[in-house]
Amino acid sequence: MLAELIIAAEETPNPLLPAWYDIVYSLIPFILVLLLFWRVVLPRMQKTLDERAALIEGGIEKAESAQAEAKAALEQYNALLAEGRAEAAKIREQARTEGNAILAELKEAAQVEAARVTATAQQQIEAERQAALVSLRAEVGSLALDLASGVIGESLADDKRATALVDRFLADLENDTASSKKAAK
Amino acid sequence: MNRIMLLRLVIVALIFILFWLGTRKMQLVPGRFQGTIEMGLEFVRKSIVEDLLGQKDGKRFLPLITTIFFLVLFMNLTGIVPGINISANSVIGMPLVLAVAAYIAFIWAGLRKHPWAFLRNALFPPGVPPFLYIIVTPIEFVSMFVLRPVTLTLRLLMNMIVGHLLLVLFFSATAFFMVELGGWWIAASAVTLAFGTAFTFFEILVSVLQAYVFALLTTVYIQLALADEH
Repeated sequence: MLAELIIAAEETPNPLLPAWYDIVYSLIPFILVLLLFWRVVLPRMQKTLDERAALIEGGIEKAESAQAEAKAALEQYNALLAEGRAEAAKIREQARTEGNAILAELKEAAQVEAARVTATAQQQIEAERQAALVSLRAEVGSLALDLASGVIGESLADDKRATALVDRFLADLENDTASSKKAAK
Repeated sequence: MNRIMLLRLVIVALIFILFWLGTRKMQLVPGRFQGTIEMGLEFVRKSIVEDLLGQKDGKRFLPLITTIFFLVLFMNLTGIVPGINISANSVIGMPLVLAVAAYIAFIWAGLRKHPWAFLRNALFPPGVPPFLYIIVTPIEFVSMFVLRPVTLTLRLLMNMIVGHLLLVLFFSATAFFMVELGGWWIAASAVTLAFGTAFTFFEILVSVLQAYVFALLTTVYIQLALADEH
């Protein structure tokens, strides 16, 4: 048993001295796996990583462009809004001015109308006064004559002189009134 | 040719199937499977390569470092797959080939970018008093051109061998206590079984960690070779 062990130990090769086939069957796996990674796996991996990076960058770019677009739209909207507001203010201002003008015009027209009405009324009053004056004058003359007739007991109605006297008196009265009016003025 | 060599070929087939199918129809919005594959690839790209080398240089070395990471990871993980139970990295060939690939990569990177600055930075580090170069230069030479690939190889190889040995010890001890001794020894078998299970989970951590360390160190070596000043 001991002798066998010694023989086995002597036959056991030194683990630090490689057998030729050991080197060969180490080189073959090494070269095969190196080629696999070098030529196949790592290029595929690189390609995928590049594609992924491109996709992410594309996504970021797309998002950025969308954001820029949205910003532009917002600006446009704001500009339109401001424009609309300005226009509305302008229209309001214009309406106010126009309203004021119309109001003033109407006021003026009303004043003119009022003046005209007043003038017409005054003219009418004047005319009526004249008419009243004329009729009063005739009536006053006949009343005075009637009164005088009553006083002296005799009709003076058909007396030409009495009529002329009354007329003259009245004319004088009128002249006096006119002159006093003038003096008052 | 032995079963570990066969295992390596199976792992290569598995990597091909996973990554070929995982990246065959790449969707911009990944599904679960594609998402997992992408997460793995992105981890190497972002956390290891671009972190240290930047985007421009990182792109050149990304295939190599991705290969190293996933090969080491998958080959480590077979150590805890029931029925396989051994890492494909527990025979020296695979760690050695990967370390040599890393070695060639960082020396090539340095020599191609600035041969003289690369060698001066490596062998005559600036800021060291000139008389110390008698000591420093041989140390730096050995560290850079001998120890780096050797440590890369041995760290991975030994982690995997020791992990395998630990699990073998625990589980064969369990079998021994339970089947050969029996009786009260079964209690001891429970302990070894518990430890074996715990170390199985620990091996998952080690597998991922070693893949990360191997890829990270390769990247760091390339970064140091490309650096203008130390």
